[in-house]
Amino acid sequence: MNTPLLEVVGLTLTAGGRAVVEAAEFGLAAGEHLAVIGPNGAGKSSLVHALIGDTTPAAGAIRLGGRALADWPARERACRVALLPQASALSFPFTVAEVVRLGRSPHASGSIADRQIVAETLAACDIAHLRDRPYTRLSGGEKQRVQLARVMSQIWRVEDADDRLLLLDEPVAALDLGHQRLVMRQVAALAAQGVAVVSVLHDISLAARYADRMLALRDGQTIAAGTPAAVVTAERMQRLFDTQTRVITHPDTHTPVVLHG
Amino acid sequence: MSPRRLVWLLALALPLCLLAAVMLGAVRLPALDVLAVLVGRDEGMQRLALIVRQLRLPRALLTALVGALLAICGAAMQGLFRNPLADPSLIGVTAGASVGASLVIVFAGGAAGFIGLSLVSLGAFVGGTAAVLLVYRLATGPQGTSVATMLLAGIAIGALAGSIGSLLEFHADNEMLRRISLWRMGGLDGANWSRVAIVAAVAALIFVVLPRQADALNALLLGESEARHLGIAVDRIKRQLVLLTAAGVGVSVAVAGAITFVGLVVPHIVRMLIGPDHRWLLPASALAGAILLLVADTLARVVVAPTELPVGLLTALLGAPFFISLLRRRREYGL
Repeated sequence: MNTPLLEVVGLTLTAGGRAVVEAAEFGLAAGEHLAVIGPNGAGKSSLVHALIGDTTPAAGAIRLGGRALADWPARERACRVALLPQASALSFPFTVAEVVRLGRSPHASGSIADRQIVAETLAACDIAHLRDRPYTRLSGGEKQRVQLARVMSQIWRVEDADDRLLLLDEPVAALDLGHQRLVMRQVAALAAQGVAVVSVLHDISLAARYADRMLALRDGQTIAAGTPAAVVTAERMQRLFDTQTRVITHPDTHTPVVLHG
Repeated sequence: MSPRRLVWLLALALPLCLLAAVMLGAVRLPALDVLAVLVGRDEGMQRLALIVRQLRLPRALLTALVGALLAICGAAMQGLFRNPLADPSLIGVTAGASVGASLVIVFAGGAAGFIGLSLVSLGAFVGGTAAVLLVYRLATGPQGTSVATMLLAGIAIGALAGSIGSLLEFHADNEMLRRISLWRMGGLDGANWSRVAIVAAVAALIFVVLPRQADALNALLLGESEARHLGIAVDRIKRQLVLLTAAGVGVSVAVAGAITFVGLVVPHIVRMLIGPDHRWLLPASALAGAILLLVADTLARVVVAPTELPVGLLTALLGAPFFISLLRRRREYGL
């Protein structure tokens, strides 16, 4: 078997002397989608931020393409790993197209190719009609789709890099039902072209529908890891979220669906 | 307006403004004669040539350079702080420079300066740069530089400098007080060729280096971690920007006193016209800053000729109402 695109071994992260993630362990091959679930403050965001090198692990290792993440030069890493943060505080009136184009700034792919990529990612996120509008005037959901288009454009092309990793911290939090589905399908389409995806999702049923594997965190501890069907059980939901749920199987997709108990 | 068109328009307008600044003043000079002197054909026009070469031309060049420096440094600062209302004086440059100048005025009186800079200017430069470096040191910790801490430190240094300034004024006599307050209003009447040379050297460095950081500044507007995720060496860029702006604003304050609002208002007007893309914003701001200060300084010399108004007074008079209208209408600009 090839070396996985992303390897996380015994990863422990601390913040202010407290462990926020403990001994997390997983590997991700090209094209795989891992969804991280868990209650607020479980360490999900800390985990994805560590995967782009924002924090130095207290213990353990993160390897991207067989090489320690910290050893990648910043620009080369930026050509391979992109992160959609939970919130962005852009307060300058860039147009939507300009914001998305910023995702291309680590690359030297030329303005013609970049324009093409911007057009493609705008269409993928259903914001092509907003391309000349100032970002600051958009609604929350529109802003989120613009930011998503920006990080997608960063790792959009196969020729940009061999190993491409997309990190999504609550990508659909502000989106309506239709756009949630659109965004998850676009992420799946990127994965189909070899991009590995790690997403933080609060909608367990949505995560189970689109992810290949799931990682359940609580207080930084790995509670469960594996296929959606293996991870999402009523008993685990109780343990993760301290709440009653019913888990049924979706009649069409056969993935687990969590109902409020 | 397309960014390219604005830069071209400004680049064409700047020489005209320079020419007007040389022509207009207490004595009005004919354009053709001025042009003749500028290209070195000054037979029979010794007096006019003297006015142009020794007074008006160095002053016009110094004015343009200072205006350009203040505006481009303001644009860079606003990008660095991700705050469209930031101003170089925010990080303590003006306050520090003011203390430096006051200290010299009160304690060193009329002592001689060196290479064309008066001791007051040197005091201002040292005070301004020291304040910036102090603010930067305060805001830099093991986790990098915090922009929020930097703003707060700038406010604290400003307050401290303000009280030291007041203390000095308390000790000063009438003549010193007048010099301090004139210095605070800003003015370009001390222009000479060695000052032009000093400012031109700093300006050349800034005009070459800052535009090369335009892409990094654009990425920084998204947020510091977002910029880092795009492969930008954020800490190195921040250090470079702080040092360059300190030098740029410091030297401007040293030769021209506290000229307010140019650094704030000019990048704003430009952003409203062509958007926040620093690849165009930086050169367009520099050109527009040069033009604005040239116009203000020419007005300052003409309206109450033969005496002149301090130019800082005019920029504040023009800038403050504009700033207020900006605050009232900030939603429209999508700020």
